Amino acid sequence: MAKKVAFLQGNEAAAQGALYAGCKFFAGYPITPSTEVAEVMSAELPKVGGKFIQMEDEIGAMAAIIGASLTGVKTLTSTSGPGLSLKQENIGYACITEVPCVVFNVMRGGPSTGMPTGPSQSDIMSAKWGTHGDHPAICLVPASVQEVFEETVRAFNLAEKYRTPVMVMPDEIVAHMRERIVFPEPGELEVIDRTAPSVTPDKYKPYDTSFGDVPPLAGFGSGYKFHVTGLNKMQDGFPTTKAEVVQAEEERQVRKVEGNAADIMKWEEYQIDDAEIVVVAFGSSSRSARFAVNEARKQGIKAGLFRPITFWPFPEQRLLEISKKVKAFISPEMNLGMCAGIIKGCIEGNAPVLGIFRVDGEPINPGQILDKMKEVK
Amino acid sequence: MSFDYDKWLRPGKLPHIWCPGCGHGIVMKGLIRALETLQLKKENTAIVSGIGCASRLPGYIDCCTLHTAHGRAAAFATGVKMAKPEMNVILCGGDGDGTAIGGNHFIHACRRNIDMTYIIMNNMIYGMTGGQFSPCTPTGAKASTTPYGNPDPGFDIAKLAIGAGASFVARGTAFHANQIDKLIVEAIQHKGFSVVEILDDCPTTYGRRNKYKSVIEMMNRLKDVAVPVKAAEKMDPEQLKGKILTGVLHKQDKPEYCQEYAKVIERAQGTAR
Repeated sequence: MAKKVAFLQGNEAAAQGALYAGCKFFAGYPITPSTEVAEVMSAELPKVGGKFIQMEDEIGAMAAIIGASLTGVKTLTSTSGPGLSLKQENIGYACITEVPCVVFNVMRGGPSTGMPTGPSQSDIMSAKWGTHGDHPAICLVPASVQEVFEETVRAFNLAEKYRTPVMVMPDEIVAHMRERIVFPEPGELEVIDRTAPSVTPDKYKPYDTSFGDVPPLAGFGSGYKFHVTGLNKMQDGFPTTKAEVVQAEEERQVRKVEGNAADIMKWEEYQIDDAEIVVVAFGSSSRSARFAVNEARKQGIKAGLFRPITFWPFPEQRLLEISKKVKAFISPEMNLGMCAGIIKGCIEGNAPVLGIFRVDGEPINPGQILDKMKEVK
Repeated sequence: MSFDYDKWLRPGKLPHIWCPGCGHGIVMKGLIRALETLQLKKENTAIVSGIGCASRLPGYIDCCTLHTAHGRAAAFATGVKMAKPEMNVILCGGDGDGTAIGGNHFIHACRRNIDMTYIIMNNMIYGMTGGQFSPCTPTGAKASTTPYGNPDPGFDIAKLAIGAGASFVARGTAFHANQIDKLIVEAIQHKGFSVVEILDDCPTTYGRRNKYKSVIEMMNRLKDVAVPVKAAEKMDPEQLKGKILTGVLHKQDKPEYCQEYAKVIERAQGTAR
């Protein structure tokens, strides 16, 4: 039987991906350019017995998806830059309490209200450092409508597997462009559910590390009763200020993501093997970069593309390896050099990193990248 | 036989953090008596709070308890209740948490009329941070951030809740301990968003700055200021000056949010009758 095909917008694909992953609860607040996610979820969730709620603000939407997730359901919210800033308080809460949930953030121009309808890639540092304190960060950056669907499914899987909030962050171009999408059949993509406790309620502890770095999470209303707090906590969930416990728990929270980076990281290498110039690009910029690489090859320039699909954890080791045999990196990005800075931080000065930084609300075009390649000596 | 509070308290989690003379413990005992009266299942009861002294209450009670971020209890609880409407959801916290930083979530929970009960312990001050003025601190009162007297007018929490759409609003005091559980029982039994404001005291950070020489004086204030709604009906405006009404102030039948959303599901699935 032929697969179901559609012509969808990135935001619509995100909603469809969430439903495929088994999302049953959405809380959001209207914001350009991500509102379509909420609109599709408001129509589709009740059809499958799920719940949609439009909250009074972004903070409340983030809070509601954490509360709902604690009852055992998969939850999603969607937003954009200014909304992401507001959600940061409770993203930190989800990190420390280890509650799975997915935050879909469409990157638009900033800071502040910035350019609500213009594309940007300037929330990538917010995804890692936006909420205060040390905490794990997983951020996925899809570059096509098909990939928005697939990465949204993967975001739910990672959230459930590692008991942590996961961000999916397309730029506004990827979120709003329309492309052909082939829907995977049910069962075709892996769908992971959180590990339920194997112990009886009287023995249950919500952060019991005898089960490893990712302890099983029970649901409120399922026969288990336990305490959840945003304070530094012990394995039984109650607050503590005991130095050795706080240190160990903080380290574990970060380790469960950093220590499993190999499982979480995903990237694409295109024409890398003999490349002298490697363009590191993600989201819509990577589409221009691929075009530029193809053009460069026609002109005899040995260019390649390295495209992070997982942005956090960042593929530091692989870039370090690549840096040992290239003349230069080019970082085209719709911000003032955030990704270039990260690349410089992991390649130990092995090669220069040339930037193409646009914050004018216009996409980076292949010609700009090709011109930059020609500057490499 | 005396009432067995231990049945509802978590072993090993006492003593609580509250200062001697604070009324929060009286409110917690009232809540426990209400839970016992209603015979609620611990596993099926969520108690949700924000940040502050009063918000530490859930940690002591043996239910599904959620100590959230400052002011956000109502928003977290809305997620819990929406996702699992069969759970009993009870919120608690202080006046600063609920009406300042949490004011937006509070009024919208009232507006939706979602079936949860919110117990607000109003001690008119931010106690945990050392006595800064709250939206419920009386005009002219001294706080650590109003050394020359408070220029702000205060909120009337009950009126705020009624105005925002809560379908059950009651008020009690930490002095009238035997009334607290009765108000909470009625609030939990009510279908819709119910608010129980408990006038409370903070001898440590409010009393000492505002010429209350002892906890007893603070408790006497609660005793003197409270007038039951029924008694108030027979009093003239002059007699009611400076008094605060207690008891059930507002009760109304109106559509409850989770039930209304169940209808949305029926409409979406084409099964609506």
